[in-house]
Amino acid sequence: MSFLCTVAVLAPLFLILAFLARTGLGALNWDFFTKIPGAAGEAGGGMANAIAGTVVLIGLAGLLGVPLGVLGGLYMAEYPNARLTTLARFTADVMNGVPSIVMGLFAYVLVVLPLRHFSALSGGVALGVMLVPTVMRTTEEIVRLVPQSFREASLALGIPQWKTILRVVVPTAAAGIVTGIMVGMARIAGETAPLLFTAFGNRFWNWNIMQPIAALPLQIFSYAISPFDDWHRQAWAGALVLVAIVLLVNIAARAAAARQVKLR
Amino acid sequence: MVQVMEDVRVEKHSAAALIDRTTGIQAEDVHAWFDKLHALRGISMTIAERQVTAIIGPSGCGKSTFLRCLNRMHELVPGARASGRVLVDGGDIYSPNVDPVEVRRRVGMVFQKPNPFPTMSIYDNVAAGLKLAGERNRKTLDQVVEQSLHAAALWEEVKDRLQKPGTSLSGGQQQRLCIARALAVSPEVLLMDEPASALDPASTLRIEELARELAKDITIVIVTHNMQQAARVSVETGFFLDGELIEFGSTNDIFTRPKERRTEDYITGRFG
Amino acid sequence: MAVNVVGAARSSVRATGDRVFQLLLASMAAGIPLIMGLMLVALVAAARPAIERFGVGFLSGSTWDPVAGEFGVLPFIYGTLVSSALALLISVPLGIGTAVFLSELAPGWLRSPVRFLVELLAAIPSVVYGLWGIFVLVPWVRTVLTPALKGTLGFLPLFTGPPLGIGMLTAGLILSVMVVPFIVAVSTEVMRAVPRSQREAALALGATTWETTRKAVIPYARSGIVGAIFLALARALGETMAVTMVIGNVPQIKASLLAPAYTVSAVIANEFAEATQDLYVAALVYAGLALFLVTVIVNILARVLVFRVARGPGLIRE
Repeated sequence: MSFLCTVAVLAPLFLILAFLARTGLGALNWDFFTKIPGAAGEAGGGMANAIAGTVVLIGLAGLLGVPLGVLGGLYMAEYPNARLTTLARFTADVMNGVPSIVMGLFAYVLVVLPLRHFSALSGGVALGVMLVPTVMRTTEEIVRLVPQSFREASLALGIPQWKTILRVVVPTAAAGIVTGIMVGMARIAGETAPLLFTAFGNRFWNWNIMQPIAALPLQIFSYAISPFDDWHRQAWAGALVLVAIVLLVNIAARAAAARQVKLR
Repeated sequence: MVQVMEDVRVEKHSAAALIDRTTGIQAEDVHAWFDKLHALRGISMTIAERQVTAIIGPSGCGKSTFLRCLNRMHELVPGARASGRVLVDGGDIYSPNVDPVEVRRRVGMVFQKPNPFPTMSIYDNVAAGLKLAGERNRKTLDQVVEQSLHAAALWEEVKDRLQKPGTSLSGGQQQRLCIARALAVSPEVLLMDEPASALDPASTLRIEELARELAKDITIVIVTHNMQQAARVSVETGFFLDGELIEFGSTNDIFTRPKERRTEDYITGRFG
Repeated sequence: MAVNVVGAARSSVRATGDRVFQLLLASMAAGIPLIMGLMLVALVAAARPAIERFGVGFLSGSTWDPVAGEFGVLPFIYGTLVSSALALLISVPLGIGTAVFLSELAPGWLRSPVRFLVELLAAIPSVVYGLWGIFVLVPWVRTVLTPALKGTLGFLPLFTGPPLGIGMLTAGLILSVMVVPFIVAVSTEVMRAVPRSQREAALALGATTWETTRKAVIPYARSGIVGAIFLALARALGETMAVTMVIGNVPQIKASLLAPAYTVSAVIANEFAEATQDLYVAALVYAGLALFLVTVIVNILARVLVFRVARGPGLIRE
């Protein structure tokens, strides 16, 4: 009976993947990757600017989230008994459960209101704030696994603690840290809600981070709820690309994790 | 002619090339705690220079704790502290203006389980102490790495594969690598915490032989739970029990004519 | 020849190095509580006009009329709660069943692939679920499920109304697919954390595998499983895109599950970008603040429960 439960749980996965493959592949073509959206109702056009926009947004989010997340996670791992560590860990776990749309509201108040218009920057902030707790926790977990004996060996050579952390502990945990970052980024790449009123979307090319920018999930959403068949097909294509990216990053993350120095 | 050749041999195969100076250690009334647990009670001991001194005793007697007080590693454990004086070359390493990091450079340590840095090659492992202290000169590093590996009796086995990972070696070789790594920073004393207990018998004998050889140039203190090893390797031995130094004397005396009842009981296997 | 490092002169420099580094790291770690605090402050500040105007009545008012300046979020709360409850109703039994399979019954070689597939379910973006919801699930609900339900249980007020396809039921269905991975992941982990001795004791008394699971494993892991349910609930409450694409987005409170509805996150998603007047924006932020606080509380409860049994949700990062 529990086997049937498993089948029922996994069935939608296969259904979705099948639909993505069938409908999405049909609409994938060279134009999709190179052109920007056409006029409403017109066939043709693509999501090139949306894909580029997603890359820009992830880059911005990474700038904010990765240093904070990795260094914060390092602190938590190296000083596990500090009160700050308990507080940070608790807060990070809570933040991981906050709805992403609330992150969008936060970025709106913080960036969009003062600037008086939507921007890629605000989208990056919203996504970055989501990235920090994820990266912090994965970094903390992997660094904590680094056996104490390596730290001791380094300290016993007369190497100060900060160098021990930077030059011995971090390289040992590097692959795991990178894996955590990649998985976090794959997750925020698919987020739509926090971008609805921050990055906002853009029908044209835009490389100015102070202006609204297109993003793949946003484009998929607006096409999906539009009345145009061609746009529906493109939405499936976009969804296929998005899921493919997420899948690839997850697989790459597993491969990177396998390269992680065995810590147990 | 013969004289020159002998010097060359001394240059290459012993630790003399690396070790500037070596000294004995004088411990005076050393106490150590783990939070409330009083792990060492007033240990006073003189460790002579240029010889192997062994510390024996049953599990939990405080021998490793004492060793770690000699290079200020004990205090790294959260909640741990130590008191007393430990004189290395006449200077108390616990005196307030002494840098513990510098102490650890001067008093090196090799651990029970070999722990070469996993992301570094054999070469980088040995050079780690120097490189991380800022040494950049390639020639200097090359020279020290070679001398250290010679001193650790590992050079012949790894000279052709210095760039291979440190972890690609066998257990015994890894431990000798760790010894080379410790020697590369030119310590004045080398502490060994049960260095062979994770190794097979053949490797164990090699480590013991190495310890005796190294003691010609550098003071060695070895903690061991293996009494036969202590008997084979050391000149003087200290017997610890429940955080106290019960007896200290020449190895010969300790094992054949112990003065204390408890020492005798331990040696004859009545406990521990 | 030996390398000599200068002694005590460097000691103060080194101690400072350690201190500086520790402070740097600590300031980064402090960033997270600071961000969280900032978030709370920012949301409260932006919601203030609406909080002052409507107070707690905001949560019980059932009129949402931006034009007239009347903002009550009861219909949205209703939509959020019912769709989430529906999602749990479906996903909890299925999820626990799958967890039982993974933790007790599945052969070793099957565990890894199945866990990977469950992780994949959790990794699919919400908008993709929504897309599939609009074009696959909604038609299916309209043409297959609704007639079937009406045919059998149509006498219940739960299943009255025209078969639109979109509505509370569809939203509940898609939410259940999205939250089931959390139930599976956490439940599996807490079940596997049950010590062997418990299972062995039951088996030694002659229990079957199923009885062992039921009597020895699940009770032991119970608080962890409840924690998993709370985690899934928090997730369902906050889910936005997939829900807004299939629920119909009509702010109303109807008994029938076949009727369109609206959730808190959906209304923010749909109306925020267009909201012009300050009170409108403040009302939406107020709604977001309420959602934030509720999900935080549910999350905290969940973690307290889970951490009592297992080390924590390790399989899936939310």
